[in-house]
Amino acid sequence: MTSAPLEYEAVIGLETHCQLRTATKIFCACATEFGSVPNTQVCPVCMGYPGVLPVLNQKVLEYAVKAGLALNCQIAAQSKFDRKQYFYPDLPKNYQISQYDLPIAYQGSLEISDPADPQRSKRIGITRLHMEEDAGKLVHGGSERLAGSTYSLADYNRAGVPLVEIVSEPDLRSGAEAAEYAQELRRVLRYLGVSDGNMQEGSLRCDVNISVRPRGQATFGTKVEIKNMNSFNAIQRAIEYEIERQISALEQGEAIVQETRLWDDARQQTLSMRVKEGSSDYRYFPEPDLAPICLGTEVLDQWRSDLPELPAAKRRRYQEVLGLSAYDTRVLTDDLEVAQFFEATVAAGAPPKAAANWITQDISAHLNREKLKLADLSLTPTALAEMIQLIEGGVISNAAGKEILPDLLTQGGSPKDLVAQKGLGQVSDPLVLQEVIARVLTDNPRELEQYRGGKTKLLGFFVGQVMKATGGRADPKLTNELLRTSLAAAVAQS
Amino acid sequence: MLDREQVRKVALLARLQITPEEEAKLALDLGNILDYIRQLNELDTQAVPPTNRALETVNVSRPDQLSICDQREAILQAGPAVEGDFFRVPKIL
Repeated sequence: MTSAPLEYEAVIGLETHCQLRTATKIFCACATEFGSVPNTQVCPVCMGYPGVLPVLNQKVLEYAVKAGLALNCQIAAQSKFDRKQYFYPDLPKNYQISQYDLPIAYQGSLEISDPADPQRSKRIGITRLHMEEDAGKLVHGGSERLAGSTYSLADYNRAGVPLVEIVSEPDLRSGAEAAEYAQELRRVLRYLGVSDGNMQEGSLRCDVNISVRPRGQATFGTKVEIKNMNSFNAIQRAIEYEIERQISALEQGEAIVQETRLWDDARQQTLSMRVKEGSSDYRYFPEPDLAPICLGTEVLDQWRSDLPELPAAKRRRYQEVLGLSAYDTRVLTDDLEVAQFFEATVAAGAPPKAAANWITQDISAHLNREKLKLADLSLTPTALAEMIQLIEGGVISNAAGKEILPDLLTQGGSPKDLVAQKGLGQVSDPLVLQEVIARVLTDNPRELEQYRGGKTKLLGFFVGQVMKATGGRADPKLTNELLRTSLAAAVAQS
Repeated sequence: MLDREQVRKVALLARLQITPEEEAKLALDLGNILDYIRQLNELDTQAVPPTNRALETVNVSRPDQLSICDQREAILQAGPAVEGDFFRVPKIL
């Protein structure tokens, strides 16, 4: 007897740790800079000396609340910090100050575009967002690898760096959706200016919870946690690998073990990481050294009014109000810097579609080729708008625009001056064009004869000759008009 | 009463090494302390909010202003072992 193969679905939730972009640590005045000489950003507070008093950084609270508001969360009327106890050499105090039962924000959602159909969107629930301190960094026996080392070296520069942990509901169903969620989350945090979201430097770290179940089954399967993914691509591939692994285990009648697995990017697979039993008994209790938080409506209203236009709203506006394509919208809104450059160009008088084209095509190509950011360019949005207006107004051709762009990108300056300097102004004087056309007709008697004979598609040839004679500067529309008239006259003469 | 299994678990979580004799004694001592506190269960505390802190302050925070600690060397030297710029610690898996 054979049964029909079961169809499975994956149930995925993400826990994202995100470093907040503050000058100082969450509970002391030490610097948060990445990559400094080890143990130069430490003090008695973050090193957990007895008798010290941690005090909450105002900016951390503000940034966490703003992130919560941007994620449509409820902000807790009452919030507090708790101690999470565990022993690990990266934790100087032997406990981490975190938030347990009263997180600063909860019950929110994030709208992502559906990777299967970018025109559609999907809401992913946010369970909670809480503040906590980061741990230090361990280097194992002279390298980052654990295997083979006999001791570890501890750098506590990162201990006490402010984090928010953002926990999603198990609403994600594929690796692509999870990667999209993580990217959208980073976009929101970057738009807010509360985090740089740099995955290479560890300012954005995602842990994945994943299980599979036969489609239609209401209860969840046994969940596995995956860690150690340091790119969006790795998140997607780790999940895809894990879905396959779990399905094939189930089909072979094996049980899924609840465990933590590490993504091995070199081997492109997840590997089981054995964890001692009982290590998850964290014995949380309220942190006695930090006062609880009760935010008044006034400060909440202030922070709410500080929120910028967020990525989803911007995407909607670009498509619905500015009439841009889904593709242009995506490219322009991915990075706030690009969106701001685009908007400044439009504000300076450029039509949105033309501005979008120049930014997503020629300018992006230049940035990619030279590995630069928009801020590195000498081109200003005002200059780009001026150049686009010269083209739209028929003063220069599109080709002339492309010719002066490299100078504008690297040297800056005024497009009008460059056009004058390079003699790129479009030829739109009918008298000048008539003269050129007359010469072209005389110089090409054979083609003119064929045209007279009815081969009217030679019009294109004549336009080309006029363009050639003017170095591509002839106004195409006027050239067409004048040529038609001249050719009609020539036909009538015969 | 606390059984010896529970004592061993608490000792493990606290990273304490205890002998079997200490286990028996601690089971008794800790059990007595718990019994003593358990007397509070006689009271109805339904309507009493938990006291997390002795002081009733809220919203204590500081500006995000950098201040560099000049005690780096002293802090490093206070560690059990130092190697270059690092604290040297046992390898834990």
